[in-house]
Amino acid sequence: MARKWIVAAGALGLLAVTGCGAADMTKQSSPYANVRGAKSVTLSVQSWVGARANAAVATYLLEHELGYRVDTVQVDEVPAWDALSQGRVDAILEDWGHQDQEKRYVEDKKTIAPGGELGVTGHIGWFVPKYFADAHPDVLDWRNLNKYASQLRTPESGGKGQLLDGSPSYVTNDKALVKNLGLDYQVVFAGSEAAQITQIKQFAKDRKPFLTYWYEPQWLFNEVPMVEVKLPEHTSACEEKGTADPSTVDCAYPTTSLKKYLNAEFTHKGGKAARFLADFNWTKRDQNEVAQLIAEDKLSADEAAKRWVKEHPDVWKRWIP
Amino acid sequence: MSITTTPADTAVSAPPAAPAGGDTAPVRQDERLRALTRNPAARKLLVLAVAAAVLVPVAAATWGSGSWPHALTVDLSGPLGRANDWIIDNRDSHWLFLYFFGYISGGIIAAVHAVYTVLLALGWAGVAAGATLLAWRVAGVRVAVTTLVSFAVCGLLGMWVPTMRTLALMVVAVAASVAVGALLGLAAGLSDRTFRALRPVLDTMQALPAFAYLMPVVLIFGIGVAPAVLATVVYAAPPMARLTALGLRSTDKGVLEAVESLGATGRQRLLTARLPLARRELLLGVNQTIMMALSMAVIASVIGADGLGDRVYQALSTVDVGSALAAGIPIVLLAVVMDRTTAAAGAAGDSGRRTGGRTAWLFVAGATAAVALAGRALSALDWPGGWNVAIAGPVNDAKDWMVDHLYSGLPGVGGTADWAAHYTGWVLDPLRDGLQALPWWGALLLVAALAWLIGTWRTALTAVLALAAIGVLGRWDTSLDTLSQVLAAVAVTLVLGFAIAVPAARSARAERLLRPVLDVCQTMPQFVYLIPVVALFGVGRAPAAAAAIVYALPAVVRITSQGLRQADPAALESARSLGATSGQQLRQVQFPLARPELLLAVNQAVVLVLSVVIIGGLVGGGALGYEVVFGLAQGDLATGLVAGAAIVCLGLMLDRVTQPTKGGARDGS
Repeated sequence: MARKWIVAAGALGLLAVTGCGAADMTKQSSPYANVRGAKSVTLSVQSWVGARANAAVATYLLEHELGYRVDTVQVDEVPAWDALSQGRVDAILEDWGHQDQEKRYVEDKKTIAPGGELGVTGHIGWFVPKYFADAHPDVLDWRNLNKYASQLRTPESGGKGQLLDGSPSYVTNDKALVKNLGLDYQVVFAGSEAAQITQIKQFAKDRKPFLTYWYEPQWLFNEVPMVEVKLPEHTSACEEKGTADPSTVDCAYPTTSLKKYLNAEFTHKGGKAARFLADFNWTKRDQNEVAQLIAEDKLSADEAAKRWVKEHPDVWKRWIP
Repeated sequence: MSITTTPADTAVSAPPAAPAGGDTAPVRQDERLRALTRNPAARKLLVLAVAAAVLVPVAAATWGSGSWPHALTVDLSGPLGRANDWIIDNRDSHWLFLYFFGYISGGIIAAVHAVYTVLLALGWAGVAAGATLLAWRVAGVRVAVTTLVSFAVCGLLGMWVPTMRTLALMVVAVAASVAVGALLGLAAGLSDRTFRALRPVLDTMQALPAFAYLMPVVLIFGIGVAPAVLATVVYAAPPMARLTALGLRSTDKGVLEAVESLGATGRQRLLTARLPLARRELLLGVNQTIMMALSMAVIASVIGADGLGDRVYQALSTVDVGSALAAGIPIVLLAVVMDRTTAAAGAAGDSGRRTGGRTAWLFVAGATAAVALAGRALSALDWPGGWNVAIAGPVNDAKDWMVDHLYSGLPGVGGTADWAAHYTGWVLDPLRDGLQALPWWGALLLVAALAWLIGTWRTALTAVLALAAIGVLGRWDTSLDTLSQVLAAVAVTLVLGFAIAVPAARSARAERLLRPVLDVCQTMPQFVYLIPVVALFGVGRAPAAAAAIVYALPAVVRITSQGLRQADPAALESARSLGATSGQQLRQVQFPLARPELLLAVNQAVVLVLSVVIIGGLVGGGALGYEVVFGLAQGDLATGLVAGAAIVCLGLMLDRVTQPTKGGARDGS
């Protein structure tokens, strides 16, 4: 019995000795970073291919022009903010607007610094294939969607029309929209963007009608032309209401200027890499070009970036500090 | 055979004889009733029926008979959401994080960093040489060659760095798991009370799907390597603890007495007699811990574990089967190498092959250092990129060909997409709708009846409470969706498993052919199975089911064929001499005699299928698995945690419903 107490006291003593300083979990970076003295940068890469294109080109240039070692980690959008604030990730290159997170980490805690604009404007909406819109032009107004619900039924949509959504991690108000606009539709999550694209391609191959959550810029438009369905206009009043309670949203998605964010400490200590990432800025056309090389031509991200870099030195030379 | 199941057992196997008497001679009414009350199965049902007759009308009148009544649910999303916010806001200031969790996290990161640095400093040649020599020392030449080839393949596939990261994480996680597990096992092995308290907890933990462990650690530690290691330790420590306790408790009493009579103190007894005698169990524990840790380390990529799992995860999210395979193969190879090496270490203890101890180890260390230094001198620490073999392209071409040709429209049999559609439309949907249409009290009664018939009133109570907890958490419909996927997949697994096990049990040659296949299948982490099924069946509930079936099949085949083979040869011989056909022998002698094994096979099938159906949320499986993925993806930990709790309850319920009575086992241990 006595021995137990001695052991316990010893353990406590050890804790007291080692525990005199605080260990701030939010300042602990990845154990794989900066090994063997290499300068390394960790980028968060999201699952959609546009974000992969950003990361691919940034990685290629950081490694070949600036001599960094780059790690990419797949983290979903919201957890990526958390990881970024803790310094486990150094940068997010494409954010579609997360006001809650921005307020918490950029304004209140100041652990994340804005990294400027990506140069691409994003827009989310509901889309139908062009062949269907041509045959039934009035489907492009949301008020007429219920008329077509029976044509858009699938086994997974339970007797209603199917509104195809992609990954659970994307910014979406679709459930609220369907409810608040009184639509006879069921939101069906494909589970991932890749699954959604596979599904859309299969529909298009059979020239079947479908209604899907989709966004621009996206290379898939080149292959499957789609037309947007008009939703009630996006107003600032609607936006405020939606920010307060997401389940009350009843208007279209805004057009967002996509932004970059950097870890606050990284902006000071990241040297050239931080300046490079802050200056990284390209257009919708550039991004689509790389995205299509990756997704359609099945090139590796590295190879796709290499090709683009070779052809567009005028664009990227500006970013190199 | 346990005491409580014996009467029920005879009741099952007796029918051929009993009805013959019952038909010819009229039995008096009261005698039949008495017989009924004597039969424990009937008695249990009777008690349940009486309880139901009293309770159900009350419950139905108060809360209705549809899905789980809303009045009985507790909405936890508010408090959980606030807890999550509080943690994020205080993570960098509160003492609990600064002085406790921060150290845990920091220690883990430092340890992984150190191991990773060492691995990189050794260079690819040093690591490969070291691992090969280690395998040679512990397990002999064949395993050494396997190891060398495996590491070479990892490099050739361009996966060297991710492999090293997974390896670094594994080394730390396994060391921690073994330490924690051994300590718990030591406590349980030496104290009866600890053993009794710990055993049900450990049993339950082994039945839970890996996914359920992810949410709580993310809540506290966020995304990253530290939570991944912690989740791995929680998942992988129980087998070590169990086996350590078992090993210590099974020490020969005679030996102990002899040692005691020599005047050994308690500690001497432990160190010189009990631990060495339990060596086999200890090494088996290490082996199982390593396998479970690898399985979890890969799944933990969902919470930022990096390494091979992350590559698979990234590839799966773009349905890039080729890249997923390139990252999946190293995982399988790591699993095979680690399993063979540790298994051989366990077997070597029995044959006493422990000669030349220290010099051989010195040679291993020296040779590794020499190779590492040579690599350093040639500045060839990183795997040469020019040696890489890109398999992603060809594999994707093959997959596209398969999708084009096997996916649909094959004459006669349809295509894999058609099968998937039929399985979803004709099996899963009706089953799900049927389960969801069941009145809530009906579902509770059904579970109670099943669990009580197979187990004891205790397992029945646990099962019913677990199911009720799911309702209270407000996850009734989603859980029944998951349940329908589990039941359908288990049914298919059992049919296939029995179909394979019967010939395997009868022919020695079939068994020999099957064995290596089963060995490899059983060592593969669950995550790997998701890759091929997405290629074959697309995305949805069908691929999740396919992965679950393939994952659970080896265990079912192995347990069933073992049970069938153990059937008493004398009983078989006498059945044969009575002119029974082989089908009759199987049905009336082998199956009844193998009943405990068959029940165990069902139990294992349920547990294994559930674990994969849950991670099927990553490939469109929906239901509870999807909610965990959603919770992680949206940072909506409330949803994820509640879904995780529902998974725990569902796992508990399924395990208890199918658990062959522990009554006998408890008496025996």
